[in-house]
Amino acid sequence: MTAVSEPRVQASGDASRPGDPKRWGAWYVAEHELRRVPTFIVPALATAIGSPLLYLLAFGVGLASLIKTGGTSGIGGVSYVEFVIPAFLCAGAVGTATEEFTFGVMMGFKWNEVYIGMNAAPISPRQIASGHILYTVIRMAVTSGIFLAIALAFGAIHLPAGLLVLPIALLGGLAFGVPIAAYSATIREDRGQFAVIGRSVVLPMTLFSGTVFPLTQLPIWLQWIGWISPLWHSTQLARDASYGQVEPGWLILVHVVVLAAEFAIGWAIFTRNTTKRLNR
Amino acid sequence: MPSPVIEARDLRKLYKETAAVDSLSFEVAPGESFGLLGPNGAGKSTTMRMVGAVSTRTSGELSILGMDPNENGPDIRAQLGVVPQTDNLDAELRVRENLLVYGRYFGLSRAVVAQRADELLDFAQLSDRAKAKVDDLSGGMKRRLTIARSLINNPRILLLDEPTTGLDPQARHILWDRLFRLKEQGTTLVVTTHYMDEAEQLCDRLVVVDKGMIMAEGAPAALITEYSTREVVELRFGSERNADAAVTLAGVGDRVEVLPDRILIYADDGEAALSEAVRRGLHPITSLVRRSSLEDVFLRLTGRSLIE
Repeated sequence: MTAVSEPRVQASGDASRPGDPKRWGAWYVAEHELRRVPTFIVPALATAIGSPLLYLLAFGVGLASLIKTGGTSGIGGVSYVEFVIPAFLCAGAVGTATEEFTFGVMMGFKWNEVYIGMNAAPISPRQIASGHILYTVIRMAVTSGIFLAIALAFGAIHLPAGLLVLPIALLGGLAFGVPIAAYSATIREDRGQFAVIGRSVVLPMTLFSGTVFPLTQLPIWLQWIGWISPLWHSTQLARDASYGQVEPGWLILVHVVVLAAEFAIGWAIFTRNTTKRLNR
Repeated sequence: MPSPVIEARDLRKLYKETAAVDSLSFEVAPGESFGLLGPNGAGKSTTMRMVGAVSTRTSGELSILGMDPNENGPDIRAQLGVVPQTDNLDAELRVRENLLVYGRYFGLSRAVVAQRADELLDFAQLSDRAKAKVDDLSGGMKRRLTIARSLINNPRILLLDEPTTGLDPQARHILWDRLFRLKEQGTTLVVTTHYMDEAEQLCDRLVVVDKGMIMAEGAPAALITEYSTREVVELRFGSERNADAAVTLAGVGDRVEVLPDRILIYADDGEAALSEAVRRGLHPITSLVRRSSLEDVFLRLTGRSLIE
């Protein structure tokens, strides 16, 4: 390290700098946020375990018995529950991401303004943004992982390629959530913006992203919602992984590229907005 | 004088067209306790944020521990302790946990942080509250926890932005005691405050800032000598009669100031000035002779009208 950091290193008793915040800062931010998990672990676990069971019950037993009469050729010859469960898994990841990238971001800047404290320490705004993303990935991985385990146990998602549904769902959550985080970082006063996002973005996106029926069932003038929706792209990828490729290779590539691009652009703007907000 | 740990020259910060800080120049020596005094909106907090390497200056030069905050922000912040105006503790975590997560930001190992946390809880007289929720702490305790947190990295410079605003007298005195110990250990302190007694308690040297500019600079005692007299006589005649009395008092002491509720006579010998007032036939309702304080300097320099 540089000579200037010498006195602090002596003072702290560290001989070398194995945990240099310049390299590990984002992880320290995630570590901090993970430490809060015990305060909400019980309801979070109950939701994580309860919701896949409810979906399986409702769509595997209830709705499926109604749909069976119409045949399943429209959804690629699989049962309805096999069709819908990958979509709900992806939607669940989007839901967790939405929570952490709206209220979670607002907490750090305003309601429990820990980001200001982190920035007063050697942590850069870029590391704060990345650290919050890292923490959210870990949280999504746990809830989506529980969902996946239950879906696998009930045969609604198939091994071995079905394991890919987990990273796909995480990428979908990031592709939707991180651009939202970029916006959340600019909000000074909560005037119900997040409720508006929920009603006018998340809800229509969930309904019109080929989640409970194929996107092609919609008139062409509504299908664009799916094309830009991270949820449609992640859901289709998850289906390809779960019950075998149903789409041409080029389309699979498009799904991956769109999701990666939405995430990357969101990340860049989230970083920029965090920097602007903290450096007053 | 050893080379300064903070050097600011023509430091300037513009927000749109308004200058929050306007060509501020000062130096802070290692181990010194330096005060930034000024009314609300004087630019103290903006200056602190620039010194804390979290706010980019508009122009001028700034060197912290020999480094430029524009270039070496994280390296500078690694050696600073910051006590912001509002305690930005994590209310979702317990008292000791707040220290544990914060220590990690400096790259300290878990073992080192745990040991430091216990020492600092002891220093902040919070050991018995280690497991308490932050929200259950009193204002003074939260402040002490924030100070403990700022010390987790053994900082070379401690920045305190209005450390005791909003605290009761007991809490303030405990805090001053803790800060004085740090000063004795050689930590450089930079304090902003609008409490004159706090500045007199803590600062070796201070600058009075108003409207983003330095109005005066010096040790508390020297500033009093320069901008005030040794003593001040406060006379009350009733708000109707103050103006008339002031005419009679012309020439008594060094300076006479008429306020709505009272008259102040600035004089090196207060008792003599009071005798002279009585000799001229004045009979104040109440009279008080006191030592001049930094507050007199402050009000003289920054004016008495309310700044909002």
